[in-house]
Amino acid sequence: MPHTHYFTVSQVTNYIKELFEIDLVLQDLWVEGEVSNYSRSAAGHVYFTLKDKAASIRCVMWRSVAERQAYLPSNGEAVIAHGRISIYEVQGTYQLYIDAIQPAGLGILYLQFEALKKRLEAEGLFAPERKRLLPPFPRCLGVVTSPTGAVIRDILHVLGRRYPLVEVILAPTLVQGDEAPQQIVAAIEALNKHTDAEAIIVARGGGSLEELWAFNDERVARAIHSSRLPVISGIGHETDFTIADFVADVRAPTPSAAAEIAVPDQGKLRETVDLHCNRLVALMGRQITERHSALEAQQRALGRLSPQAKIASCRQRIDELTRSASASLAHQLALQQERLRGRLLRLQSLSPFATLDRGYSITRHLRTGEIVKSVAQVAAGDPIETQVSDGKFDSTVDWTARPLFAEGL
Amino acid sequence: MSEVEKLSFEEAFKELEGTVHRLEGGGLTLDESIALFERGMRLAKHCGQKLDEAELKVSQLVSSDRGGYETIPFEEKEVSG
Repeated sequence: MPHTHYFTVSQVTNYIKELFEIDLVLQDLWVEGEVSNYSRSAAGHVYFTLKDKAASIRCVMWRSVAERQAYLPSNGEAVIAHGRISIYEVQGTYQLYIDAIQPAGLGILYLQFEALKKRLEAEGLFAPERKRLLPPFPRCLGVVTSPTGAVIRDILHVLGRRYPLVEVILAPTLVQGDEAPQQIVAAIEALNKHTDAEAIIVARGGGSLEELWAFNDERVARAIHSSRLPVISGIGHETDFTIADFVADVRAPTPSAAAEIAVPDQGKLRETVDLHCNRLVALMGRQITERHSALEAQQRALGRLSPQAKIASCRQRIDELTRSASASLAHQLALQQERLRGRLLRLQSLSPFATLDRGYSITRHLRTGEIVKSVAQVAAGDPIETQVSDGKFDSTVDWTARPLFAEGL
Repeated sequence: MSEVEKLSFEEAFKELEGTVHRLEGGGLTLDESIALFERGMRLAKHCGQKLDEAELKVSQLVSSDRGGYETIPFEEKEVSG
């Protein structure tokens, strides 16, 4: 029976292809299987088949994709591949067009984690230069975690022990399950917008990769990234790393460690206060000692300038002057005495008594006491005294005569 | 300068640090030094008191009926283990 309408092969093939391409599952899926028939063309494209016990799918990885992969499989290996399913029209087959591939042992969550990490890192969400400093003395801290359980208890215990001055605002959320990421995002936003919190701790206790999964959610990562307040992450155990850890301003290995990082330790603060106190006492003591010695120096200087000292020094000077003056006087005296002696000697040589030695004598009238220089002074019978060099004798004038020629002499 | 008793721990702590630095810097009259010293000692005492008296305050953020948020006291629930 002839049909009035028919399709060409290409039309059917295109129709099937369109059906594949509008299917959301087929356009974005992870497939696990074992690799066989692995080959690489001269152009660099990679072809293989993924199979399990019951089925197989042809796979293609273009050169541009293959070059980006850190890992390329070989036959017999179990892998997980990501890509889309479409039709290869020429052969009428469907194929998996792969854009990422990893060994299957790592699990699909790991692959998603690596893919998101790579993407956000490339976007700059982990950049060290956008990490913010934490407030050194936070007055108020926001905590995003479950309101029940050991985590909030540990955090409050640590905060209370280290820095009870801080005020804590808990923004309670689920920390695992499908609802968790949205709640964590809302909590971070609410703490930013509606509280006085100065920093936020995002915390969760240890768990499996699946249990920690909310913290590998892109929405959570972006909420931490756009938080005005710095975020400290404390998720899982020391060995767990989540995307939230990479975006956070500070990553703490555990929730308790996050609380320790968030606030200063009052023990250390008290020590510092004590040190400052001791320093103040020491500085003040030093100042006072310094002023004291300065005062003493001034007193000594004052002592040197006081009139008493001046008087003492004047006294000494007078003493010295007196001594030198009397010495000088004695000297002068001796000099004068010497000079006097000289004069005396000269006087003696001029004295009339000296002529007596040479045989002259001096005659005195005994009654008048006059020295007889003229015959007229005496008359016969007058007592006279004659002085010679070694004594004197008395005599009486017998007569007097005046030489005739006396005037002619 | 505000009254020491009214300062927060952080303010008192920072001022104490500054006071030590100023005294270390020197160039002060004796009266200034003594005033700084006395204030520094009061600041130190105040810091200690603030820590002694502090008690961790914990509240909980909840969404209110009007679509906003409000804080209520946080009661830690007993958890086994």
